[in-house]
Amino acid sequence: MMVPITDRATQPAPWRRLATVLFRAREVSILLVVLAVFGLTTAYNTSFADLLSVQQLLVGASVMMILAVGETMVIITRNVDLSVGSVLGLSAYVIGDLFAHFPNLPVILGFLAGVGVGLLCGVVNGAIVVLARVPSLVVTLGTLYVIRGVDAIFVNGVQINPSSIPDSFLGIGYETVLDVPWMFVIASVLVVIVGYIMRTFRPARDLYAIGSDPQAALLAGVPVRRRVFFTFVVSGAIAGLAGGLWLANFATVSSVAGLGYELLVVAAVVVGGVAIFGGSGTVVGAALGAILLNTINQALVATRISAFWDEALAGALLITAIAFDRYVFLRRERALRVRLAHGLS
Amino acid sequence: MAFPETKGTETSAGPTAAEVADQERVLAANTAGHGWRWQSLGRWEVALVGFVIATILYGAAESHYFLSGANFFDFGLNIGPIALMALPLTFIVMTGEIDLSVASTLGLASSLLGYLFEHGWPLPVAIVTVLVMGVITGSFNGILVTRLGLPSLAVTIGTLTLYRGIAEIILGSSSVTGFPNAYDTVGTHPIPHTQFTWTLGIFLVLAIVFGVVLHATPLGRSMVAIGLNKETAFFSGIRVKRIKLLLYTLSGVICAAAGVLWTFQYATSRYDAGTGLELDVVTVVLFGGISIFGGRGTIVGVMMAVCVLGGIQSALTLINVSAQAQEVVTGCLLIVSVVLPNSGATIGQLRARWARRAGVP
Repeated sequence: MMVPITDRATQPAPWRRLATVLFRAREVSILLVVLAVFGLTTAYNTSFADLLSVQQLLVGASVMMILAVGETMVIITRNVDLSVGSVLGLSAYVIGDLFAHFPNLPVILGFLAGVGVGLLCGVVNGAIVVLARVPSLVVTLGTLYVIRGVDAIFVNGVQINPSSIPDSFLGIGYETVLDVPWMFVIASVLVVIVGYIMRTFRPARDLYAIGSDPQAALLAGVPVRRRVFFTFVVSGAIAGLAGGLWLANFATVSSVAGLGYELLVVAAVVVGGVAIFGGSGTVVGAALGAILLNTINQALVATRISAFWDEALAGALLITAIAFDRYVFLRRERALRVRLAHGLS
Repeated sequence: MAFPETKGTETSAGPTAAEVADQERVLAANTAGHGWRWQSLGRWEVALVGFVIATILYGAAESHYFLSGANFFDFGLNIGPIALMALPLTFIVMTGEIDLSVASTLGLASSLLGYLFEHGWPLPVAIVTVLVMGVITGSFNGILVTRLGLPSLAVTIGTLTLYRGIAEIILGSSSVTGFPNAYDTVGTHPIPHTQFTWTLGIFLVLAIVFGVVLHATPLGRSMVAIGLNKETAFFSGIRVKRIKLLLYTLSGVICAAAGVLWTFQYATSRYDAGTGLELDVVTVVLFGGISIFGGRGTIVGVMMAVCVLGGIQSALTLINVSAQAQEVVTGCLLIVSVVLPNSGATIGQLRARWARRAGVP
């Protein structure tokens, strides 16, 4: 059945078209919301736009942006990784402990160790999900606590202090290049690289196919289980990297590092336009979602509204985002049906 | 729950080997008449009996104190609220949905109770208000899931954060104490003439009610039918959305009640009451043999899972294992409870594949 796609009668008014573009390109609308929050907060408290304040804003968002990159890949395949917060905590502690024992360790080796820890956790997650064919929600909810518990056993109440971590490592946490914090540079580079990969390369496109319809992807010859396994490994490794940056930023680590981050990351990713049931969304959108949540967090402090509002707002934003996605989806479906009916008559 | 990577394929593609086996089993059961459930679903419950015995033996071997009445009281204090919240979650998981906001609802209930008490409300009125709050939070979940058609996983992750956040707004970092002694005895005295804590006693009574409802009433069988196949249930005239909404509301009320009991048990109201408890609740339900895909499991299984988890935590506490380290055990139990029931199907599939490879040169 031929359906005229550009039927003048059904062509919407220009402002509606603009609205549609904004609806569809979630990145644009999230960016606008970020700017709006930033603008309103600055109007209330002008020091919010100070260089130092903005730098702090970017540093604060960096770890969450990095976690959002890995989480996006997992959610696009219609899975979820709830263990990222625990992996971050374990990785941060292992790196800190390494530096405490080997003070002259090169910085890059520290990061590699963190990534290695994350990789290992990712392998465990991926293997259980893929081999046992059980929902990733339950598996990673389990590993969330297992990894946190292992972390607690390692830490055993002794926290790592800034004095035992080399300055060159901690410098990553506060030094800037052209006034842009290194943390944010690293996060942005990762977002751009992974964003490009997710747009361009076939194995990455496979992830979208798997998320849209796992059965169809399988029939189309996509090695579904291998791809899903690989995605969990990457997500783990990225969470390990985030652990390194977390340590560089906070300079001290106990057994509660990254506690509860998984929920914020999922919220950021979903707010950033990644469908919770897979198949659509971009890394850039998810990173912007992370920036938005962090901006709101800082804005609450700057406007002297209690920081206690933070968690409730994150939850409300998450629910609003999925409800909004559902609304857009239903509207598009209805429009499609109307168009089909026109074509048939 | 839609994670079709592993299941939910009935409607879209051919059945897998495991599903065919299931269907045959159901067919055989229907033709064989009564008593079939013991053959098809009995296995996990039998394994659970083994787990319960093993837990008791382990606990008794680790500490002489384990089998004492006083320790049974402590066991009830620890596992009672978890067990209470596991009952409505059992129903929800049975219909193929999930509710991760249970522990946050408990925390919100505890905060609201403390807030109202601090502002001079008489306790009975405050308790009723908190239960009404449970109706609201539960039905809010339910409306989002049923009327707006949103995925329950995402919704309840959202309300997990939201409800805890509201609790934080209500109470901030302060805590409320000084409840009347008559109420605080919930945490210090068992139900008269027994060693049961109030939470555990209420759980036992409710478990019997829930068991009868699930296994012997049209409502309960409707839940099972929804979990097995939502479309079929709908076309058989079952009010799928209404039942789910009812279950979420029920979950809200019972979690709020658990929050009230929790507050009196610890004689303190704090916004972070029961943080992370959703893991234990989900673990109890899934370890009890309720299939994460819905439609399978028994209340007896959940009751035994309560014994196992509570027993292990009690034994580990007795030998001074920290609460965080205990989470390793709980997390492993959770993973085992979803991996084990599925491993049979996986092994069968691998075998079939090897056989095919061997057959085709």
